[in-house]
Amino acid sequence: MRIHLTVNGTGRTWEVAPGDTLLDVLRREGFAGVKKGCGTGDCGACTVLLNGRAVNACLVLAVKAEGHTVVTIEGVAQGGRLHPVQEAFLEAGAVQCGYCTPGMVLSAVSLLSHNPDPSEAEICEAISGNLCRCTGYVKQIAAIERAAARMRESQ
Amino acid sequence: MNEAPATLIGTAIARPDAVDKVRGEARFVDDLAFPGMLHAAVVRSPHPHARILGIHAEAARSMPGVVVVLTAADVPGENIVHVIVDDQPALAADVVRYIGEPVALVAAETRRAARAAVDAVRVDYEPLPFVASPLAALEPDAPQVAVPSAAEGGNLFNRMVLVKGDVDGTFAVADVVVEGTYETGYQEHAYLETQGMIAVPDGLGAIAIYGSMQCPFYVQNAVAKVLGLPLAKVRVVAAATGGAFGGKEDVPSLLGSLAALLSSATRRPVKLVLDREEDVLTTSKRHPSRVFYRTAARADGTLLAIDVDIVLNAGAYQTLSSAVLWRSLVTAAGPYRVPNVRVVARSVATNTVPNGAFRGFGSPQVIFPHESQIDLVAERLGIDRVEIRRRNVLHSGDRTSTDHLVRDSVGIAETLDRAAELADWTARLERAATYNRASRETKRGVGVACVLYGVGLGGKAPFLDKAGATIKLEPDGSIAVAIGTVEIGQGLTTAVLQVAAEGLGVPIDRIHLSPVDTSRVPDSGPTVASRGTMMSALAVLDAAGRLRERIERVAKAHRIAKREIAQRLPEIARFFWLENFDPAVEGWASTEPVSWDPATGLGDVYPVYAYATHIAEVEVNVDTGEAHVVDYVAVHDSGRILNRVLASGQVEGGVAQGIGFALMETIEEKDGRLIVNGLTTYRLPTIRDVPLAAAVDFVEALFPAGPFGMKGIGEVPVMAAHAAVARAVAHATGRNPTRYPLDPPRIKSLLGEKP
Repeated sequence: MRIHLTVNGTGRTWEVAPGDTLLDVLRREGFAGVKKGCGTGDCGACTVLLNGRAVNACLVLAVKAEGHTVVTIEGVAQGGRLHPVQEAFLEAGAVQCGYCTPGMVLSAVSLLSHNPDPSEAEICEAISGNLCRCTGYVKQIAAIERAAARMRESQ
Repeated sequence: MNEAPATLIGTAIARPDAVDKVRGEARFVDDLAFPGMLHAAVVRSPHPHARILGIHAEAARSMPGVVVVLTAADVPGENIVHVIVDDQPALAADVVRYIGEPVALVAAETRRAARAAVDAVRVDYEPLPFVASPLAALEPDAPQVAVPSAAEGGNLFNRMVLVKGDVDGTFAVADVVVEGTYETGYQEHAYLETQGMIAVPDGLGAIAIYGSMQCPFYVQNAVAKVLGLPLAKVRVVAAATGGAFGGKEDVPSLLGSLAALLSSATRRPVKLVLDREEDVLTTSKRHPSRVFYRTAARADGTLLAIDVDIVLNAGAYQTLSSAVLWRSLVTAAGPYRVPNVRVVARSVATNTVPNGAFRGFGSPQVIFPHESQIDLVAERLGIDRVEIRRRNVLHSGDRTSTDHLVRDSVGIAETLDRAAELADWTARLERAATYNRASRETKRGVGVACVLYGVGLGGKAPFLDKAGATIKLEPDGSIAVAIGTVEIGQGLTTAVLQVAAEGLGVPIDRIHLSPVDTSRVPDSGPTVASRGTMMSALAVLDAAGRLRERIERVAKAHRIAKREIAQRLPEIARFFWLENFDPAVEGWASTEPVSWDPATGLGDVYPVYAYATHIAEVEVNVDTGEAHVVDYVAVHDSGRILNRVLASGQVEGGVAQGIGFALMETIEEKDGRLIVNGLTTYRLPTIRDVPLAAAVDFVEALFPAGPFGMKGIGEVPVMAAHAAVARAVAHATGRNPTRYPLDPPRIKSLLGEKP
């Protein structure tokens, strides 16, 4: 069957099978920054924004994205310019192996788009579904706090 | 070498590899594709132990999209996955020895077609008696698991001893003797990226392997052997690797061999990527252990003797077990002076998945006991737990348990003092006591743990402790560096670039470090044992020194002053090109000689040791049995810290893994089957489980033979963390835990025991 959706601002029409997940289809169509860590909704590596809300793409059937808007990690930087969350991840040393990074960044982008001044508890809540085996999470919190401050300043 | 002006060394240069990673542009193995690429799937044994009577693949071969089905009979070279002892086949030929062992391979046009074909391959088995427990496997009438040529007898893979001084005589006269039997279970690496390999025909009869791995040269050796190719025709390239932690030390040799078999048979690129459940069920884990530990001490707390018996569950094949066991053996005393030592260590074959490397490599299994035991001695004698460690830790001029006289870079005492200071140890104990008097439902406890870690491969495999590097000055003044150890997330790329820039005296942004490709550098050993950065940095410094001399010569001939070189490098590089100077330099590093006597277990077993002290505070809910780490201090001596942000990242991540090991992570085994289905039932620490305000600090006891005085750090944090947390639980509950994980049921049952 055929679905129509907007990915990173561009309208797309894709042929999908009924059982295909959004993760399968995005990766097949070249959005390789969407990572598969488990396929069961446990790790958050495949986080994308669906109509602005962070979801695990492995738990969404592709057909359910019909008519909706999807943002993947490839759509977070605007042109050559990194998003403040991406910049802050670099500066705070929040990236190690990088496999959880796209999902973590999108969870943070989603949080800050709804809540420009989150508390530490709210940051924890927002990325509690994103597993990271390398960092111990400390530097991600610092990065998200830094990005939030920078985004508030620039408004 | 160590006197260089350290302008870049120790600074927090941001990781260059992180830019692609935050943009989602880093390419991991499953993101790579080659024209005509096929997809692989593996037919695996459902039995822990069985004879293969027949494999019927006709139906699978005729399915749409299926290109080939291979069995052991199709292996062109030796049907062996070479790691240390050649007992493990790439594909089981007549007997399967664990659930999940590869039996046949499918390559198909799509991943889905390959998986469907796996289900259509019928294998006839005759189930054989099996044994999954190492103690049962040592019984005389146990089923024979071990390939006999790989065992010292029966299912005993390895037995090693370490004997020093008069152990029995000392126990007979010691003021205090404490003992315990400690058990740890499986820990799964749970790198976020599952394992995967792509094999690609590379022209002229050669093959290239791209994948997620720590040890490209291991993979090169394994693939050459299984295909019957010369090493020069096997090229291995490390893709971006999404975490490893030891799990991608030996397993990629197996998976690379499987992908290579299919590529060789089809003459097409073949991708083999495991899904999460397959990865968790069929790849190596931390060895489950049982350690009996007896300690003798004098009334003043001085440790006098230890008597230790270690049993590790190796699984069905040897893989890395002898090396893991060796580290258990030589680490059993911890960072303490113990004059009389007896350690007997055995690794045992069972019908379970082969266990292998996991950050710490056999040491956490003895650290849990040695840190518990020293606390028990302290308690019996009424000595403070930090104070008893102060009285026993190694200082320069002391001898380790293996009789190694340590002189340089012995920073354990400084880590202990600094950690106690940062934690405000005495006041913290008082605060916990006050809290506990007032609180019924939750109890606070504080734990301390000290560890030593021999950096590198040491006396067990000195022939692997080397590394190569090449540095090439390009005609435009940029510099290309190639090394043989892998960026697996730890930050090696950044640290090596810092060292290269420092060694060459040029700006860091002129230098590019390419992914590891075995055709570009000599065998540099594995990226393990906290050696990757140290060894490649040494090789790079070696090359950089000679290239720098050449650059200075050419500059001088053209009247360019030394201080102008960095700025005018493009000009100088142009002169190299115009005047036909050799712009490429090879660098080499190998560690100082080590020694180990297998008869006694004694020797100077490592070139140097890293040290750490961790202090954890936990809160235990006595009604639910839940333990939560509420505060944390970690102080490390890894010599010179090349980059503080990277190093603290290693520590924070290791602490999280240690908390997981101590409090939550394990896999139950029933009849040889692991009861786990992926990350749904294998729970990893989330952001809610870790101490976010951890204090991390470093004391820098410089290692003269290391690059700018550094030694390794990668594994040490996890080693100290689990023990600090376990001892904090001990303090909160007033009991001595002897089994991991300390999850709610175990803590409840611990609280039900008599104090």
